[in-house]
Amino acid sequence: MEYGFTTAAYVVSAVLFILSLGGLSGQESAKRAVWYGITGMALAVAATLIGPGSGLWFLSMIMIAGGGYIGYQLATKVQMTQMPELVAAMHSLVGLAAVFVGFIAHIELGRVLVMDDAAKKGLEGFVALLAKKDGVEIAILRVELFLGIFIGAITFTGSIIAYGKLAGRVDSAATKLPGGHMLNAGAAALSLIALIWYFNTGGFFPLFLMTLAALFIGYHLIMGIGGADMPVVVSMLNSYSGWAAAAIGFSLGNDLMIVVGALVGSSGAILSYIMCKAMNRSFVSVILGGFGGPAGEQMAVEGEQIAIEAEGVAIALNEADSVVIIPGYGMAVAQAQSGVAELVRKLRAQGKNVRFAIHPVAGRLPGHMNVLLAEAKVPYDIVMEMDEINDDFPETDVAIVIGSNDIVNPAAQDDPNSPIAGMPVLECWKAKQVFVSKRGQGTGYSGIENPLFFKENTRMFYGDAKASLDKLLPMID
Amino acid sequence: MKIGTPKEMLEGERRVAMTPESAAQLQKLGHDCLIETGAGAEAGFSDADYAAAGVEIAKTAAALWKTADVVAKVRVPDETEVKRLRDGQTLISFINPAANDKLLKSAAKKGSTVVAMDMVPRISRAQKMDALSSMANIAGYRAVIEASNNFGRFFTGQITAAGKVPPAKVLVVGAGVAGLAAVGTSTSLGAITYAFDVRPEVAEQIESMGAEFVFLDFEEEQADGAATGGYAAVSSPEFREAQLAKFRELAPDIDIVITTALIPNRDAPELWTKDMVAAMKPGSVIVDLAAEKGGNCKLTVMDEKIVTENGVTIIGYTDFPSRMAAQASTLYSTNIRHMMTDLTPEKDGVIDHNMEDDVIRGATVTHAKAITFPPPPPKIAAIAAAPKKEAVPELTAQEKRAAEVAAFKSQTRNQVTLLAVGGVALLAVGLVAPASFMQHFIVFVLAVFIGFQVIWGVAHSLHTPLMAVTNAISSIIILGALMQIGSGSSLVILLAALGVFMTGINIFGGFLVTRRMLAMFQKS
Repeated sequence: MEYGFTTAAYVVSAVLFILSLGGLSGQESAKRAVWYGITGMALAVAATLIGPGSGLWFLSMIMIAGGGYIGYQLATKVQMTQMPELVAAMHSLVGLAAVFVGFIAHIELGRVLVMDDAAKKGLEGFVALLAKKDGVEIAILRVELFLGIFIGAITFTGSIIAYGKLAGRVDSAATKLPGGHMLNAGAAALSLIALIWYFNTGGFFPLFLMTLAALFIGYHLIMGIGGADMPVVVSMLNSYSGWAAAAIGFSLGNDLMIVVGALVGSSGAILSYIMCKAMNRSFVSVILGGFGGPAGEQMAVEGEQIAIEAEGVAIALNEADSVVIIPGYGMAVAQAQSGVAELVRKLRAQGKNVRFAIHPVAGRLPGHMNVLLAEAKVPYDIVMEMDEINDDFPETDVAIVIGSNDIVNPAAQDDPNSPIAGMPVLECWKAKQVFVSKRGQGTGYSGIENPLFFKENTRMFYGDAKASLDKLLPMID
Repeated sequence: MKIGTPKEMLEGERRVAMTPESAAQLQKLGHDCLIETGAGAEAGFSDADYAAAGVEIAKTAAALWKTADVVAKVRVPDETEVKRLRDGQTLISFINPAANDKLLKSAAKKGSTVVAMDMVPRISRAQKMDALSSMANIAGYRAVIEASNNFGRFFTGQITAAGKVPPAKVLVVGAGVAGLAAVGTSTSLGAITYAFDVRPEVAEQIESMGAEFVFLDFEEEQADGAATGGYAAVSSPEFREAQLAKFRELAPDIDIVITTALIPNRDAPELWTKDMVAAMKPGSVIVDLAAEKGGNCKLTVMDEKIVTENGVTIIGYTDFPSRMAAQASTLYSTNIRHMMTDLTPEKDGVIDHNMEDDVIRGATVTHAKAITFPPPPPKIAAIAAAPKKEAVPELTAQEKRAAEVAAFKSQTRNQVTLLAVGGVALLAVGLVAPASFMQHFIVFVLAVFIGFQVIWGVAHSLHTPLMAVTNAISSIIILGALMQIGSGSSLVILLAALGVFMTGINIFGGFLVTRRMLAMFQKS
C-alpha cells in the first residue's frame, strides 16, 4: 500500500480522536464521542497493519485479539468502585509498552548503524526510515527514545504503586525511604548523566541504567503520596503516559502518535491542575507528598460531637423540603451508593428537592463520585458541582455528609493556620441541619480536626455508611 | 404523671391543647392522659377518638383539675380555673404574664408551677415548642383567606373568554412569622404581593417567599432585629414619617392590606391611617392582625368586621387560630408535647423541672412558691447579630469601564508575552534542529494546543470517562509496536508482540469501560 493512504487514515483518526475528547463536554454527546474514539483507533490500527513497515500481521492480529479478550473481561467485570484501580493498572501497561517500543528502536538503530550503504537500500519499513537518518537526526532520535523510555518507566512503576494503593494492596499512607526526595533527585541526576553518556556513545548500558533509575523514581515518588491525593496522581500518570507516547512517536516519526500523545498528555495535565486547584495546593507540593507544616497554632475546636440514631435522621428527612447529599470516598469504600440512590428515590417520590454536591477531589479519581452515582441510576441532572450548589446551602433543610471529611471542613475558611486554609470547600454547615455519616470519631486523611462535627446544627450518625443507610431506609415514608 | 386537658372556658375558643395524636406521643413519655368530655369536639376530635388513643375521659372540669398532675390548656386561665389550681400541680398554657400579675401571685402562693407557652425563648432549640410562632403562622394564612372571602375578585390575574382580570395587589406590613405566612399564602394564590418591615434584614426572607420588599429611601442606622430577640423595635419619628409617606403613595393601588406589626409590651403602632383608608378603592379589604393591641389601623374594631363609608372592609378578628381549630390544635398540642419531652428527659413519666435549662427557665413563670417572671436573659443569644457589612463602594460606569479595560490590557499583555516567549523558543529550536524534526515538532505543538482548548470544555462529571478514554487512546503506542514487529531479530519480535498484547488490553478495556460508564449517565 501507498504511504499516502496511511497518512490520510492517520489524519482522519486524529480528527476522530479530537472529536472524541471534545464530545465529553456533555453527557449525551459523550455517548457518541466514545464511538469516534473507537473508530479512530480501529482506523489507525488497520492503516498501520496494511501500511508500510509492518510485517507478521498474523501474529499481530493474534496478539490484539488476545489482549482484546482480556481487556473485554476486565472492562465488563470491574465494579465501578474499582474504577480508579483499573485506570491506574491500565496506565502501567501503556508505560511498559512505551519502554518496550523504545528498546526496540534502540536495538534496530544499533543494527542499522553497522550496515553498509548497499544493505541499507534493501531495508524496508521502520528500519528503512532509520537508515535514511543523518548524524544530527540520529542524535535527536536518541534523545527522543531516551525520553520515551524514561517517562514510560516512571509511568509503569508509578502506576503499579498507584494501583496497589488504590486496591489496598499497598499501605495507602505516604511512606518514603530514608533519604526522601534526595533519593529521587539522585536517581534523576543519574538519568541525566546516562542521557549524556548515551547521547555520545549509543551504548545499551546507559539506557539500561536510566531505565532502572526511572523505575525507581516512579516507585518512590508515588509511595510518598497519600491516598487522598490519588486524584492528582492518577491524572498525572495519565498525562505521563501521553507524553511517553508522544516521545515514542517522535522517535518513530509517526505523527499520529505525536498528536494523540500530546492530546492525552495535555488532558492529564489539565485534570491534575483542576484537582490541585480544588485543594488549593500547588502541583509540586502534592507530588512531593504530604502537607506542609501549619504556620501557627490551629484554632482549638470547642463543643462536642453529638450522636444521633437513624430515627432522628429519618424524622428530619421526612420533614425536610430540600436535601443535599455530599458523598465522599467513604461512600465508595462502604459500597453505599445504591443505598444512597434508593434514599434519593424515596425522598424524590415525596416531592422533595434532593441534590448531590460533588467536590472536585471527592473520591480517588477525578469524577469518581459522578460515575458511582450514575451506576446507582441517580439522574445526572441532580448531581451538582461545588460552584453550582455552594450558594444554595443556606436554603437547604438537611445536608447529609456521607464519608467525606476534608472537603466539608469549615476550618479551610475560618482558620488561617489550618493546613487546608484556603482550600475551596462545600459550605454544608450553612444548611439548617447537617448529618454526618462516619465510621468513628477519627480525623480525615489530612489528620485535621473538623469543626463541622462540633457545630450546633451537626449530628453525627456513626456507623458503616451502608449499614446506616439500610437502617434508615425503612423509616423514610 | 397524669396530664389533663380541660375544655376551654372562653366562649368562641374552639382549640384544644391535646389531640389523640399528641396523647399517643405523651404516653410514650410514660405519662397518662386525661381529657374533659367534649373538649376536642369543636376542633373535630370526638371523645371516642381520644378513648381509642388510650385517653381517660373526665366527666367534669372539676374532676379533671382534681386528678391531673399537669394541666395543659390554650387560653389564659380564668378566675375559676386559677382557683382550681393546687399545690404541686403544673399548668402549661398561654399566660401573658406581663399583664396577669394577679394570676401569678395566686399560683405562686398555692405552690403550683406555671409554664407560659408564650414565654418560650426564641432560640433554635426551642423552636419546636414555640407556640406563638405556630399560632402566628395560622393567623397569617387565615388572614389572607378571610381577606379573600371578603374581596369580590380573583387573587390571580386571568385572561378569560369573558375578559381580562387583573391580579389583586396585596401589601403585608410586618414580616414576622404571621407576615411571612401571609406573604406565602398570598403569592401562592397568585396575587402580586408587597411586604414591608422595619427590619431591613428580613428583605431576603420576604423575597424568598416570592414577594417584593418595599424599600424606604431613608438614611438611618436601623436596629438589627437580632438585638431584640428577633422582634421589631420602636422606630424614630423621622423613620415613621418616611414609612407613612411610602404607604400613602401605595394606598390607592393596593386591594388588600394585611397588617401584622406588633412591638412587644406596647400598643400596636398606627401604620395605616384614616386618609390611607379613604384613598383605597371601594371593595378593598384590610385585615388587622394587631387588633388585640389596638390595631395598626385606628378604624379597626376588635373582633368585628366593619365596612367604611367608601366601601373598604376592615377585619379586626382576634381569633384566627381558633377559626382553624383542627390545624391550630394539632400544632399547639405538638408544641405542648415537645415541652413535655423536655420536662421528662428520662422518658419515664417523671417530671424533672430543671430550672438550669434555658428554655424551661424562660417559660416558667411560677415555681416553688415564687414568681419567676421575668426570666434572666438566656445564656445563648437568640440570633447571632449579623456582622456589620463593609459597604462595597458602588463603582461608577467609568470606573467599571476602566477596570474592564485594565483587565483586558493585562490579559493581552500576558497572552502576547506567552506567545512571544513560545515563538522565540520555537525559533531557537528551529535554528539547531533539522527540518525533519521540526515537521513533527510543529505537529506536536499544535496537538498540545488543541488538547488544551478541547479538554477545558469537558464536563466535571465526565472526568472519569475522560481518563478512561484517554487511557484507551494513549495505547496508540500500539502503532509503534506494529511497525516494528516485522523487522529483525526474535528479541524484537518478542518485545513488540508483548507491546501489542498489552496495548490491546488497554484499547479494548479502555473503550469498553468508557462506554459502560457513559451508558449509566441518565437524565431524570
